[in-house]
Amino acid sequence: MEVVKRINRTIACGLCCIKVKNLGVHFGSETVLQDINLHIHCGTITEIIGKNGAGKSTFVKALLGEVKHTGDIEYRNIEGGDKKNLRIGYVPQNLNIDKSTPMSVYDLFASFCFKVPVLIKSKKIYAKVKDALEEFEAEDLIDRPIGTLSGGQLQRVLISMAVMDKPKLLILDEPVSGIDSSGMKVFYDKMKYLKENYDMAILIVSHDLEYVYKYADNVMLLDNTVVAYGSPRDVYATKAFDDIFGVFTLDDSSKGADSHMTDMDLHKRTSDTKEEPFDASYKGGKA
Amino acid sequence: MNEFLSLFSYDFMINALLAVLLIGPLFALLGTMIVMKKMAFFSDALGHSAFTGVAVGVILGITSTEISMIGFAVIFALILNHIKKRNPDNVDTIISVFASVATALGLCVLSFGGNFSEYSSLLVGDILSISKKEILYLLIIFIATIVFICFAINWLNAISINATVARSHNIKVQLIEDIFAVIIAITVMLSIRWVGLLLVNALLILPAASSRNISENMREYVGYSVVFSLFSGLLGLFVSYFINIATGPVIVIVAAIIYFATYIYGGRS
Repeated sequence: MEVVKRINRTIACGLCCIKVKNLGVHFGSETVLQDINLHIHCGTITEIIGKNGAGKSTFVKALLGEVKHTGDIEYRNIEGGDKKNLRIGYVPQNLNIDKSTPMSVYDLFASFCFKVPVLIKSKKIYAKVKDALEEFEAEDLIDRPIGTLSGGQLQRVLISMAVMDKPKLLILDEPVSGIDSSGMKVFYDKMKYLKENYDMAILIVSHDLEYVYKYADNVMLLDNTVVAYGSPRDVYATKAFDDIFGVFTLDDSSKGADSHMTDMDLHKRTSDTKEEPFDASYKGGKA
Repeated sequence: MNEFLSLFSYDFMINALLAVLLIGPLFALLGTMIVMKKMAFFSDALGHSAFTGVAVGVILGITSTEISMIGFAVIFALILNHIKKRNPDNVDTIISVFASVATALGLCVLSFGGNFSEYSSLLVGDILSISKKEILYLLIIFIATIVFICFAINWLNAISINATVARSHNIKVQLIEDIFAVIIAITVMLSIRWVGLLLVNALLILPAASSRNISENMREYVGYSVVFSLFSGLLGLFVSYFINIATGPVIVIVAAIIYFATYIYGGRS
């Protein structure tokens, strides 16, 4: 809990809210997203699920201001709030890093988060980076060239970097692709920890329905617009969910506990999302 | 030894030496960021726009071709940057189209009336003909580059890794990219007459590429790059003096030998 003390916490409240109102995205005559309304509160995990091409990544880009959109995104906190004060931490789906990139993990942090030129190795910054990495059991990676990290290691580094700036909203775009099952549990436990201790609003684009069910507070099922929204239990019971993912066996007692999906369901899920390698390259040390 | 020292009895050799001492680190610094941002083709295209820059100067009757070259290259770089931003998936094709058009236009104008041979020295360059005043220009852009790199190296790095993540850290991506493109344009145009249009890009890219083969962090990367660039510049200058061949190509050959040596030493494919 030492880290929590260091962080200048905003008032833990659930009153901070990112409000998405009537958001739409159009590429020429093609409508990619329309009528998206969503409230994301601090201290919650909201998961976005949907089939490929449903507009999940586009929604994330709209939130980040990377694509033009209609409608509004507002930020409110207990002091009123302004969108300018909304710090967003973002962990992308993938980074194409060349193996020979001459950049260590320290350099990566220094480049994104600090003003002291990366050509000067600062002991103070080094210590801060190490602290941030410790949160995700990645402190040993600090001097490693980023091109040599495995998928899981790079992901932990990127998350620690996104969290370091103490964002109000943490967005992760399909962060678990490339991570095996035990790595996923570690990842989701960490998200739960962040939500509870940092009061962050966390938005995750995900394919893994089992973990979404266990860990999400709210689920948004997207298919160019919001086709279902609510608790995982409610969303997973909708017809829209069945149409997209097939029947998912639910059990009231399963939230936060073991999964009750049958083998058949699991098979159905992986075949729906077959391009996501669940166990491809994760070789993470302590995780 | 006396024979070696004798080369400093000529003013043109001292000027050339000063120029190499400036161009070396200047190109090394810019080159590291150009390679990092995968802009090697971009700087090459800028070099090709030199012909059109000269041509514009001839048409407008501007006596100093440097001014028209720099002016044109800066506009060319900024336009290219903005088109790149709109079409991120087709960058190499777009740059190629722009470079070809710029070269063709320049050649058309300059060859009008059969006068092209006047300008052919641009292709190869001649560092031995540099004057004190022109060295001063290089010094100014060198200082400007150092100041810019000190401020912007973190941002340039961040953008090269992922522009979206950089923006989420409040980095002004477009502004930095534009300033960087302008600095490359001015540097390339100020050096092209000394190192030659055909080789300017090699000198920008080779030291950084060599350094990349053996570096594991940014300090090594920039440090080795400056050392390789200075070493190949100085050795190239001396060798070219003693065996009486053009300086630019010798420098590039030395830099290329360093590249292959580091490639083998680094053992990376």
